[in-house]
Formats: sequence, structure tokens, C-alpha cells
Amino acid sequence: MSTETLATAAVAEGRPMDLLRFATAGSVDDGKSTLIGRLLYDTKSLFTDQLAAVEAVSAARGDEYTNLALLTDGLRAEREQGITIDVAYRYFATPRRKFIIADTPGHIQYTRNMVTGASTADLALILVDARKGLVEQSRRHAFLCSLLRVPHLVLCVNKMDLVDFSQEVFERIADEFTAFAAKLDVPDLTVVPISALRGDNIVSRSENMPWYEGPALLHHLERVHIASDRNLVDVRFPVQYVIRPQSTTVTDYRGYAGQVASGVLKPGDEVMVLPSGFTSRIAAVETADGPVAEAFPPMSVTVRLENEIDISRGDMICRPNNAPAVAQDIEAMVCWMDETRPLQVGGKYSIKHTTRAARAIVRGLHYRLDINSLHRDESATELGLNEIGRVRLRTTIPLLADEYRRNRTTGGFIIIDEATNRTVGAGMIVETP
Amino acid sequence: MTSAAYQVTHLDALEAESIFVMREVVAELERPVLLFSGGKDSIVMLRLAQKAFAPGHIPFPVMHVDTGHNFPEVLDYRDRRVAELGLQLVVASVPEALASGLVREPADGTRNRIQTPVLLEAVEKHRFNALFGGARRDEEKARAKERMFSFRDEFGQWDPKNQRPELWALYNGRHHPGESIRVFPLSNWTELDVWHYIARERIELPSIYYAHDREVVERDGMLYAVNEFLPARAGEDRFKARVRYRTVGDASCTAAVRSDADTVEKVIDEVAATRITERGATRGDDRVSEAAMEDRKREGYF
Repeated sequence: MSTETLATAAVAEGRPMDLLRFATAGSVDDGKSTLIGRLLYDTKSLFTDQLAAVEAVSAARGDEYTNLALLTDGLRAEREQGITIDVAYRYFATPRRKFIIADTPGHIQYTRNMVTGASTADLALILVDARKGLVEQSRRHAFLCSLLRVPHLVLCVNKMDLVDFSQEVFERIADEFTAFAAKLDVPDLTVVPISALRGDNIVSRSENMPWYEGPALLHHLERVHIASDRNLVDVRFPVQYVIRPQSTTVTDYRGYAGQVASGVLKPGDEVMVLPSGFTSRIAAVETADGPVAEAFPPMSVTVRLENEIDISRGDMICRPNNAPAVAQDIEAMVCWMDETRPLQVGGKYSIKHTTRAARAIVRGLHYRLDINSLHRDESATELGLNEIGRVRLRTTIPLLADEYRRNRTTGGFIIIDEATNRTVGAGMIVETP
Repeated sequence: MTSAAYQVTHLDALEAESIFVMREVVAELERPVLLFSGGKDSIVMLRLAQKAFAPGHIPFPVMHVDTGHNFPEVLDYRDRRVAELGLQLVVASVPEALASGLVREPADGTRNRIQTPVLLEAVEKHRFNALFGGARRDEEKARAKERMFSFRDEFGQWDPKNQRPELWALYNGRHHPGESIRVFPLSNWTELDVWHYIARERIELPSIYYAHDREVVERDGMLYAVNEFLPARAGEDRFKARVRYRTVGDASCTAAVRSDADTVEKVIDEVAATRITERGATRGDDRVSEAAMEDRKREGYF
């Protein structure tokens, strides 16, 4: 039975199959595309016409082997120039899980793409070439994963076949990376020796590396525990849309629709609505399929309250004794993503935070961070494309915010250029004084 | 309290994400429309839209870009569904655009490419600024790089090298007058996810999605139904085969696959076992070149 058929069987039996989003980082030389091709191929998620198309193009270009990078490089310019421009999303499933891969290119615009891919990832997979060991880029990727608070990190030491499956080589790289990661905020690190090309330790444990006692990569991806990564403590429900049907059959209905950012909401719970501070109780938590006893992330639901209070999009439902900060002065790490104009002190922008839109002025730039050395340059006056720095913002209306390290949904925001409407920056709230 | 109790299945997670995206569009963009072809993906979108705004009704119209080459079963389905839900239906008609001279009939008779100007004209006429499409990233590699909120300039064009970064669930729908956003709530769904959802929700589909007997010809390795839009060519053998459609598009360029799957469960088994992508198996329009889809999208295709 193929894995997809097994997946079908799992669903049919009612065995829950959950969802894991992971980002991959590394350059083409590290064998990232080969690894993704291998995962898709070995889980039977690669289709014969896709493979045939790649083989034909590879042959036409005179490649010596089937270039699996062509699978993910979907755009004409990418194939012509042999580069990857943008984040590509790939899908595969096993009986236990459905996987969404955000495949981020290693070279071009790596920071912007990596930050984008990592923002939604439960896990990040960093590849290094066993012959080369850690390179500057590996450290950069690890830093970005920690900045974006990706809960799980996997370092794949690839091309083990080219170092005679040497335990010594593997351990040296693993130790060096572990020491580096200890300086960062990396909650969970796993290191796996693999050969993506030959399939060692991808789906099953490799016979070539009997000294390795850990799991094969896919085994780890299938079983890594992500349920407790979610914050089920702090109730945060950003109101997205107010449902008030104007019809003759449904009258006097008023429900607050949104996706639970964190915490668990139940009928009867006492809640507070920000920014007004009014309190009420949850009368019902509803979906189109009927009321539910509890709502938790990532459910999209409609909350009804016992009292009629004025609530609109951008407000936040929380608990009276556990509320986010209501703040107009925001300290944040900002990754700048615009190639045309740098972030400058005094600059005015639009920001989007949860379902709330505001305008903001950059009051100060404390430092620019060198993401290779982690050195802080306090003389910096602006942030250019792919640069990261700590910024102080003043917003026109208060944000209902938590620290990003505590809550990725209520701690993250995007910066929008008001003239071009482009998304020019990503912010992670450090402090709300 | 253990976190294990608070788990959702992958289908629940996908549904929650799609509903969030739809609500976000309605909250932020004044004139959305849902592209409804009567195909399974747009049918699933319609179900998600019902759920997103319940107990209210769906707060936007639907639009069908009608090439004139329709499967009658699909057209019937469309009209029935629209009436049941009390929706406003906008038809952007290719035959009318041919008559008015907006577009010209291509030499090969397939109307896929000339849909684009017809779509764009309807968007302009109705001043729609957000278009829900049922495209999925697993369908095609140009689509694998498209955003959930895909910005289009005043010509409806997609610039793949100049896309807005999309972080967390913070979608940027801002645009200037004349520009628009294409929104793809099913971006993260696969063909198999769509079928599992159809089974779970007991969603009715046009009958051509299930195995039936049909007179076909074999062309370029694919089975095409013989109909008024697609007559058999000289030398082509017409024969009866048991087939179903994996995708529903223009009847002149959408092929069927051999199948005995006459129930949703059997279709799921087949989809799970198949090793050919749905567009590769059934769409003559995507076989034109390596970058056929990318080129059409750049011009303003879905």
C-alpha cells in the first residue's frame, strides 16, 4: 500500500492526521532540492508527469543527473538562470501527518524569504554539507529561526556518503552547531546524519551508519510533538468580522468571528474586550456546524457574548486577569524587506497587527544587528533590504499586543509602505513599555 | 488538561485557515467576487464561504467566466446551486465578447487564453477588487510560488518576481484604484484534501466527476469526450469508455480519465493511488509549454 493510500486509510478510520508546517533552508549545493525531491519521492507524493518533465528538461540542458531542483523552480527566470527566486510551497502526506514545506532559497534574498517561510513554521530544517561543515549561512539560518521563534530545529548533515559515513565528522559538526545554538533561543534541536541522494536516514535508519542511534528524518518529522507548542494559556481572540445577518429569518444575531490566536474559550467564561475594557461572559461559541464546547487555536469560530457591547474588527477578546498590553509605544525587532527604500528614523508607515490596522512612526533605531557575528551596530541610522534591527515605534492607536516570544500571533506585525502598498517589513514585538 | 485533547485534524486546520482568509477579504476589501466555474474546487470554496458567514448569507456575488464550451451537467449544477443559496451570478461571456469583437476565436478553437480579457473586462465593469479563485499550489509549479493574496496591477497581471512577502496570517490586501487582489483560500489544499473534504461534508458535485460511459477519442494520449465543441477528427477512432473528469474546464480542452470510480470513496482511493497530476492528466492547455501556466497567469489568468 502506498503511503497516500495509508493516509486515506488513516482518515477513513478516524485516526487524526494533523498538519506540520516546516521551512527548509540551505543552498542548492547543500542538496536541499535533492532532499525535498527525496521526501516527495519516497512518500509517493511526486507524480510521474512531474518527474518526466524534470527529466526531459534536465536532459535538454545537458545535466548529468536528473536535477530535482527543477521540481521546485517553477518560474521561467529560475529555470533559465538556475536560481530560486521565491518561497515555494510543497505538499506531502504520510499516514500520520500532512506536511507543508516552505522551501526558501539559500542565496537570493535569503533573509526576506527565510523570515517569510519561518513565520508560519512549526519546524525548520537546516542543511549542511558534511564535507564543508558549518558555514556562515548555517549560522545565519539558525539565528533567523530563533528570531522567528520556530519551536523545533533540525540540522541535517548531508552528503554523509562523501565522508565515508564518518561518525567523527558528524559529531564534530553536531557539537559545533549545538554550541552555537545554545547561544540562541532554540527550544528543541535534533541533528540527523543523512545522504539525500542515496536515501540514508531519510525514510528509514541507514545501515551505513550503525553508530547513529537517533530517528530517520521522516520518522522525526512524523512524530515531533507540536501540540504543546501552541499557547493554550493566554486567551486571545482578535475580532475579525462582526456577523449581523440582515434577514427576516435570523434576527437580533450578533456574533464575533475570528480565529483563536491562543488560549481556550468556553461558554460561561468571563471575558474582557480591549481596547474598551468592558467585561461580559461568553454566551456561545459557534461554527456553521453548530455550537462547540471549546475553541482553541487554530479554530475559526464565532463568539457570542451575554451583553450587548460595542465591539468591532480589530478589538480583542481576552480574560480580565490575563490581557495583552494596550500600547502605543512598541519596541520590536524589525526585518526590512524593501529593496527600494530603507527604513529610516522618522519614517511613517502603515502596520497590520492581528486584525488591527494602524499607522506608525519610527521613533528610534537602537541598533542594526549583524546576523553573522550577532554584533550590534548602534551607529546605524537606517535598515536596508534584508537587514534586521531593534526599532522603537509610536502608533496612532494602541496595539493589543504580547511579546512575540510568548505569542507569535499577537506579537508579530507587518509594515506596509503607504505610497506603494507593498509589505516592506516584518516586526516582532520585544517589549511593550 | 493535556494538550493532546486540543488537537485538530489537517482538514480542520485547512478549513479554519480558508475561512479566516475569506473573512479577512470581506472585512478589508469592498467588492469581492467568487469565481465559480462549477468545478469541484470552486464548489468547495462556496461551502467554505457559507461556513465563514453563517448564519448570515454569503456577502458577495459569484462570477462564471463562460467560454461557451460547457458541459451541460456543470451548467445545470451552477444554476441550481446559485438559486439554492440566493446568490447573484455574474456571467462573463466569451461568446458575447467574440460577437462584440473584444476577442477573436483562436485558430485551434480552444478558448482558454481568450478567457482572460473577458474576465478582466467584467472585473472592470463591476469594479470588483478582490477575486476568490480555487487554485491550489499543488496543481502546478508556477502556482507553488503564488501568494494567498496575490496582487494584480491595473492590467490584471501577475509579476512573480515582485510579490509581496506574506508573513504569519497577516495578509496585505491594500491596493490603488483599478488594481486588484486575487485570493486563493485553497492554496494549501491538495487534490486529495479537496476530495476528503467533499466526502466529509457530503458535498454534491456535477455528475461528470464520477464514472460514467461516454463516447471519446484518444488524442495526445488523453481521452476527450466527443461533443459539439470537440468533434472527432478524420482518422480518429470514436469509442465508448467508462470515464470521469478530474478537472472541469472548457469542454474543448478538458480530458477525462478512465475510471470505474462512481462514488466519492472510490474517487479518493483512485486519487490516492494515481501518479499523474490532475492538470497533467486532463488539461491540454497546460501541456503547451514548460511555462504555459506562468505565461497565462502573467496575462491575468486565474
